[in-house]
Amino acid sequence: MIQIENLHKHYGAVHALDGLNMTIEAGTVFGFLGPNGAGKTTTLRILTGLARGTSGRATVGGVDLNTDGRTLSRRIGYLPEELAFYPWMTPREFLDYLGRLHRLSAAERSDRTRELLVLVNLEEVGKRRIGGFSRGMRQRLGLAAALVHKPEVLLLDEPISALDPAGRKEVLDLIERLSEQCTVLMSSHILADVERVCNVVGIIAKGRMIVQSPREALMERYAQPVFEAETTDTASACRWADRLRVQPWTAAVSVDGDRVRVTVKEVARARKELLASAVAQDVVLRRYEEVRPSLEDVFLQLVGRELS
Amino acid sequence: MNFFIVLRKELTEQWRTKRLLIVTAVLAAFGLASPLLAKFTPELLKSIPSMPAGFAEMIPAPSVADAVGQYVKNLSQFGILLALLMSMGAVAQEKERGTAAMMLTHPVSRLNFLLAKFTALGVVFAFSLVVAALGCWYYTLLLFEALPWGPYLALNGLMLVVFLVYIAVTLLCSTLVHTQGAAAGLAFAALVLVAGVGSLPLIGEYFPGRLFSWGGALVLGGGSPAWPAFWVSLGLIAAALLVAWLVFRRQEL
Repeated sequence: MIQIENLHKHYGAVHALDGLNMTIEAGTVFGFLGPNGAGKTTTLRILTGLARGTSGRATVGGVDLNTDGRTLSRRIGYLPEELAFYPWMTPREFLDYLGRLHRLSAAERSDRTRELLVLVNLEEVGKRRIGGFSRGMRQRLGLAAALVHKPEVLLLDEPISALDPAGRKEVLDLIERLSEQCTVLMSSHILADVERVCNVVGIIAKGRMIVQSPREALMERYAQPVFEAETTDTASACRWADRLRVQPWTAAVSVDGDRVRVTVKEVARARKELLASAVAQDVVLRRYEEVRPSLEDVFLQLVGRELS
Repeated sequence: MNFFIVLRKELTEQWRTKRLLIVTAVLAAFGLASPLLAKFTPELLKSIPSMPAGFAEMIPAPSVADAVGQYVKNLSQFGILLALLMSMGAVAQEKERGTAAMMLTHPVSRLNFLLAKFTALGVVFAFSLVVAALGCWYYTLLLFEALPWGPYLALNGLMLVVFLVYIAVTLLCSTLVHTQGAAAGLAFAALVLVAGVGSLPLIGEYFPGRLFSWGGALVLGGGSPAWPAFWVSLGLIAAALLVAWLVFRRQEL
């Protein structure tokens, strides 16, 4: 559904995209991850036709982005990170206006507007001016706007960054449901949310794709076992962490207050030696567990390796 | 056609944001005030107690020519200023806020985006000019005599053409830059340039400002036509819109 081949985007000496390759199959919910400045928003802007690549090729649903902008706009729905609306309009008027642009009949526009306002939980403020909306309300309206014409491809740039926990859950549930109707490409820095809804993950750094894989395969391949322990004070946590860092069976050790998180290379040896090490350092543990590695662990590991 | 859908939105915006009201109120106020000023300015001058002896007799009696002169002078100054103020943010503000990027991912071509803005501003100024012209015509009738309809219509048509020149040029400036402030600065520089060059002898005959004096002369039944200035004005409108489109269609948002 989305095909990007050797895409470059240069802003003077800055290479925002440096030979990006990416393939997204239809029906996928694709989590697009990367550190700040990696090229995520640039990629999305190119896919919407708002920016052009310096070289390379990109197609969305078979439409070449360099040749057919009009067809493209009927196929994609886009939610930008920085949302902007006409403040004098109401949500109803805005969705109706977009419906007109997409050639929906009056009856279709009326039904679709009502349906979308309910879907994004804005039906009660449907007649209020958008100018007075909070960022969360704007984000939900932006999502409704992207869905007006039932697009084949939904491009979401940080779709949940401004939402409260309840709003985030609603939108994530919605994105999960949408995967039955369209292909979703979603950039986000909230990795737990990406882990929850995305079935394929792509990690980009310095304008290049480091890895693209189904989420489970990625976790299986890259996730290293992790142990978490909670000590009684920060000083002993730091002392113990320093001792663990020099062990050959640890990959990474981080300290957050009185908590120590240890990523290990040899899980069997870690199970045997970790507690012994705590005892040897006279560290008292309040909690100790072997945890399932998260997408965040994989992300930090891969991006850290790429950037170092 | 999506042009008409976008135009409808632009006209609604002009109405809801009270821009139509502001332009109409300002132009109508000057339209109404022009014959009044022409009629009563000499009276006011004569009533000044410290006026030197014999000076009052030197002030000519007000005529319909003064009313038309005031109307042309007031509307040319404030109409052009309003054209700049109302058009400078048309594209730049949408780029700055992000609404242009939001809308252009939907089926709105960049040409229609620009043309709808130009047309909506043109409609606002045309409507405001009609109100101002009716006010001026009525007060001139009350205070002096009826103005001939045909030439008076031509005068207002010519004034609208000049306003459209400044709207198109300001729209181009608004397209070239990314902020409203920069657009305002650029548009003001363009205004100074056009007005400055237009005031030069010979060259001025070909500039939009000449249309004001032609229109005024038409109403008073004299003067020579300024067809070169008319065609140059239309050419400037077309050129400004064409360049704005050529720039905008390649611009990244």
